[in-house]
Amino acid sequence: MESLETIWNLGVKELRSVWHDKVLLIFVLLAFTLIVYTAGSAGSMELHNAPVAVVDEDQTVLSGRVINSLQQPWFLKPDLVSLSQIDEMLDQGTHTFALVIPEGFERDVRSGKVSSLQLDIDATRMTQAFIGASYIEQIITTEVAEYLETGSSASTLQVELITRVSFNPNLEGTWFGGVMELITEITLISIILTGAALIREREHGTVEHLMVMPVRPFEIMAAKVWANGLVVMLAATLSITLVIQEFLGVPVRGSVLLFLTGALIHLFSTTAIGILIGTVARTMPQFGLLLILTILPLQLLSGGITPRESMPELVQNIMLVAPTTHFVSMAQAILYRGAGLDVVWPQMLALAAIGTVVFSASLALFRRHLAV
Amino acid sequence: MAEMQNTGLEAEAGVARLEALSHFYGARVALQDINLKVPAGCMVGLIGPDGVGKSTLLGLVAGARKLQQGKLQVLGGDMASSRFRKEVSPRIAYMPQGLGGNLYHTLTVDENIGFFADLFGLTGKARTEQVDRLLDATGLLDFRDRPAGKLSGGMKQKLGLCCALIHNPELLILDEPTTGVDPLSRQRFWDLIDTIRRQQPSMSVLVATAYMEEAERYDWLVAMDAGSILATGSPAELKQKTGTETLDDAFIALLPEDRQEFVSGGGEVTSSTKGDASWDDAPAIEAHNLTLRFGDFTAVKNVSFTIPKGEIFGFLGSNGCGKTTTMKMLTGLLTPSEGEVSLFGSPLDARDLATRQRVGYMSQSFSLYSELTVRQNLKLHARLFHLPAEAIEARVSELTEQFGLAEVMEQFAGDLPLGVRQRLSLAVAVVHSPEVLILDEPTSGVDPGARNRFWALLLKLSREDGVTIFISTHFMNEGERCDRISLMHAGEVLACDTPAALVRDAEADSLEAAFMKTLEAVDKEPQSRGDGKVISADNSSAKRDSAFSPRRLLAYARRESRELLRDPIRMAFAFIGSALLMMILGYGITLDVEDLSFAVLDQDQSPESQDYITAVSGSRYFVEQPPISTMVELEQRMVSGELSLALSFPPGFGKDLKSGRPTEIAVWIDGAMPFRGETILGYIQGLHLSYFEDLILRTYGTAPTLSLVSIKTRYRYNQEFRSLDAMVPAVIPILLIFIPAILMALGIVREKELGSITNLYVTPVTRLEFLLGKQLPYIGFSMVSYASLVLLAIFLFDVPIKGSLLTLTVSALLFVTVTTGLGQVISAFASTQIAALAATAIITILPTVQFSGLTEPVSALEGFTAIIGEFWPATWFLEISRGVFTKGLTFGDLQHAFLILAAFIPVLTFLSVVLLRKQGR
Repeated sequence: MESLETIWNLGVKELRSVWHDKVLLIFVLLAFTLIVYTAGSAGSMELHNAPVAVVDEDQTVLSGRVINSLQQPWFLKPDLVSLSQIDEMLDQGTHTFALVIPEGFERDVRSGKVSSLQLDIDATRMTQAFIGASYIEQIITTEVAEYLETGSSASTLQVELITRVSFNPNLEGTWFGGVMELITEITLISIILTGAALIREREHGTVEHLMVMPVRPFEIMAAKVWANGLVVMLAATLSITLVIQEFLGVPVRGSVLLFLTGALIHLFSTTAIGILIGTVARTMPQFGLLLILTILPLQLLSGGITPRESMPELVQNIMLVAPTTHFVSMAQAILYRGAGLDVVWPQMLALAAIGTVVFSASLALFRRHLAV
Repeated sequence: MAEMQNTGLEAEAGVARLEALSHFYGARVALQDINLKVPAGCMVGLIGPDGVGKSTLLGLVAGARKLQQGKLQVLGGDMASSRFRKEVSPRIAYMPQGLGGNLYHTLTVDENIGFFADLFGLTGKARTEQVDRLLDATGLLDFRDRPAGKLSGGMKQKLGLCCALIHNPELLILDEPTTGVDPLSRQRFWDLIDTIRRQQPSMSVLVATAYMEEAERYDWLVAMDAGSILATGSPAELKQKTGTETLDDAFIALLPEDRQEFVSGGGEVTSSTKGDASWDDAPAIEAHNLTLRFGDFTAVKNVSFTIPKGEIFGFLGSNGCGKTTTMKMLTGLLTPSEGEVSLFGSPLDARDLATRQRVGYMSQSFSLYSELTVRQNLKLHARLFHLPAEAIEARVSELTEQFGLAEVMEQFAGDLPLGVRQRLSLAVAVVHSPEVLILDEPTSGVDPGARNRFWALLLKLSREDGVTIFISTHFMNEGERCDRISLMHAGEVLACDTPAALVRDAEADSLEAAFMKTLEAVDKEPQSRGDGKVISADNSSAKRDSAFSPRRLLAYARRESRELLRDPIRMAFAFIGSALLMMILGYGITLDVEDLSFAVLDQDQSPESQDYITAVSGSRYFVEQPPISTMVELEQRMVSGELSLALSFPPGFGKDLKSGRPTEIAVWIDGAMPFRGETILGYIQGLHLSYFEDLILRTYGTAPTLSLVSIKTRYRYNQEFRSLDAMVPAVIPILLIFIPAILMALGIVREKELGSITNLYVTPVTRLEFLLGKQLPYIGFSMVSYASLVLLAIFLFDVPIKGSLLTLTVSALLFVTVTTGLGQVISAFASTQIAALAATAIITILPTVQFSGLTEPVSALEGFTAIIGEFWPATWFLEISRGVFTKGLTFGDLQHAFLILAAFIPVLTFLSVVLLRKQGR
């Protein structure tokens, strides 16, 4: 009972500290609104506005139709260039694709001969290069087939492939970017708030002061966890309802409440990570470095930026101990696929388990640190 | 020129002239309509209780605070003019409040002085002489190589003085220079000032103090209360005017009547003798042979004492003699290497919360929450000690009354003047009415009136409530009030007895004399080896200002580098960290989508459908999972994310296929992650096409002409389409933006938080010199980090540089200059390190990871994000890095990216200069 009171009182103190630092508060707010909005409105990694250069040596109706078929939103209006310019354009990176339509292209097609077009791709632009190449191939094939026999369908095969994209039929990046950014911010801000609050107490000598009062390390830590967790929860709720659902117009299929419950469990581990880093680091610059070291892998390898399947086996396995991995997969399931508790309970369980382990480890370290 | 004009005026204008000067902190008035003429060439003291505006006034005169209202002339010029301030700053020296507030604690004594010498443009022989003379006179010559943070309080103040005197100022401003300094060091400090003034009679000294006994030595006094001036004049004049004997009384008499009682603290408290009831109880505190060693340094050696219940036990000694360490062992904050502590008759258990409930502790440095108000601090501690909820309100108002905190209840603790803070700390220490009070220099910096009130309270606690009090102090009149005192030096107890007995044993006439005598016997003042002159009369060697001085810039650069180099953990984190991150990111981020899980709902179960499935599962992209049996199951397994792809064959698929009837295969793709969905769609369409081409070839023996157009694709720069080749050059920009920006931002905000920013305010260093000087070391540091990243890329990841290394290096240099510049701009907004850290992380991560072309080109962005992408430095360095690594480009090809990167530099520097304030508030 007394312990709960202490945790409550210390937590209220924590909230007051955050409230007092207005610059910090503004940036936290920005992170959950403007930054999430920006990430969401950016569109993600699907093919979008890819720049194409075309060398039209044929100058016929068909070559004109092929060029026109490369349209927005997938491609920018193709730029017509000369053959000699191609190298420079790819080198400079102004264009990802360069298509060369040879002389006699229409003539060959009309006479039933197979004509070949050359497509140069800047392979350093991984996603666009790969997806774009298959788009271009398909579009041109369709265009040529339609030219030969107006109204014919693209498929001349007997077996038609009917594709349906579930959950996000038009593969809109907006749906994805905003939510993934929200996850990043939840993780980032909760680690910064808790860890830095601990460092500040240490730099200002207030931790020592607490240790001569009837206060246990567990209570200090628990207070930091709940108070900073609460700040992030409030901001996250605002972000998902107002920014993501309202402004970005992302249709959330599942229950927002379930997502927030998951976020709560996630926060348990991230705030504990904050304490862990805050205990290891002696000064704020050290904390800053450790933060970067932690947050980048947590964000980039969680499956929120690039698909998990494509990471090396070892990385995939290591990332299983990261809370973000489970949180990302849970968030995707709930928000996009409309999954319920019956589906996401394993992730929640994993999050809770990771949280417990990290919290206990931080507590042990924190205790030892204070015992000195 | 300015000097010549001024000298004539100074005589009549005095050293400073204040007209209708007012100063506010928010709505609070710090100074109210001050009119004052400070005479030149003498020692002027500002006296008055805590929080009456003494520090504010000194800060304004020194130019450290921005003038808000009224006129202020110092050394004959207008302090509102920034040009004049710049001109006059080499003629003024300012030592802010607090021990070593403007020093750099990881730097040695020599380096600290050297830094100030550089700022004031001292060079050559004159400089060496000046430094040696100052160190010699202050007795710091033997400690040249000791870090400032490891000096005792008195030595820190002397070093501060050396740094202030290095440029031979005409006006020396000292803000409570002896607060927290032991009596011996204090005496030596004032002797030093006297010597300097004898040698340099033209120098004016302006001192703030709360100690009237010190003020007796000054030539001219300004008595202040509540932001206004009560009276001015020499100590004798003030005493005469009020018809009083001592300055203390004179000051009280000057106050309006309603303030007299409060400020005086109810007159001198005399120590009543201790009751003798408690001797039969177990002693409250017992220490046996306490010893504490840090490494091979023994901080406390063999200290023992027994303190009965209800006694006031005083701890006296020079700075750094082990008093604080001993006290920390008593509270359990430090565990003794040898010996033991008993509280209330049982051995101390640091973990026992019940013991803590009975002990109150006040540490030497302020350790309350500066971001909470006084009321919030009091209430919080009352609650943490589990006072009954209904009693808290009453207790808080009782303490407010006792400690005179009523007027500041709603102010933030961090905004309070030193003395008021101490009172708050004390109030907090007794909030739970403890049985034992351990107080570490509780009255340091507290004005005499408040000290009187405090001692009255202590006596009441001890005599009436039987509270045992263990107190350390630098005030002899406080020592006299203790029942017993212990004299400590260098970790050992020299003597322990009642004050009267100590005086008798030392054959002295007062406790102060006894203390000095005992200490001087063991602590000899270092003998001056020089001619005794403290500063040279000739200061022509100091180069007077130029608009931009590379020397001052380099002074800051050198200092920052030293601080960086002395933090090996930071360096190690930065280097090992970036290497580690490069490995994780290089190997971890790949955009090749592979091993996607799929499953089949085969309603046909024919050889034809099986053949198709084999083709799909045979590709390297897809991995087959157990088959699906119903549509509901398909739905479920897609929702859970287990399947990325589901195929469904209708009944009769095989039959239709064989007999040439049109049929279909249905495919579901998980579109939750758009990029992956897109890729899967591409894969499955390609697989479908090639499967049937192959099928027709197998069946009819001829390849069908499905299309009259074939597209020959050439993947340039990265034929094997290795993710690593594209990612590694991209990881370098990411790491070179985060780490330099964060370190830089914290580097400046730290100075704000720790107080050394004052040096920017009061020395001739310009904002540009300050910023560039601090930036240089971080640029150098980042370039080393860059080199290690490139080596890793080449040797570990096997990603060769196809272009010119020089091009890459030059662009990296531009880039880290930009990213550190970014950190500077952020630091201009933030006043706390947390805010700086959060702001840098929030601002840099998103645009770098998403809008700089890491995974998709900037040209694919739209609207607002495209603008961010175009105006983000990482975009351009990424282009150069990839261009040089994979495309073999050289400077000529990348000119525009170079130009844009370079353009960021002046813009960011300009912004930082504009945003950084040259004066405090």
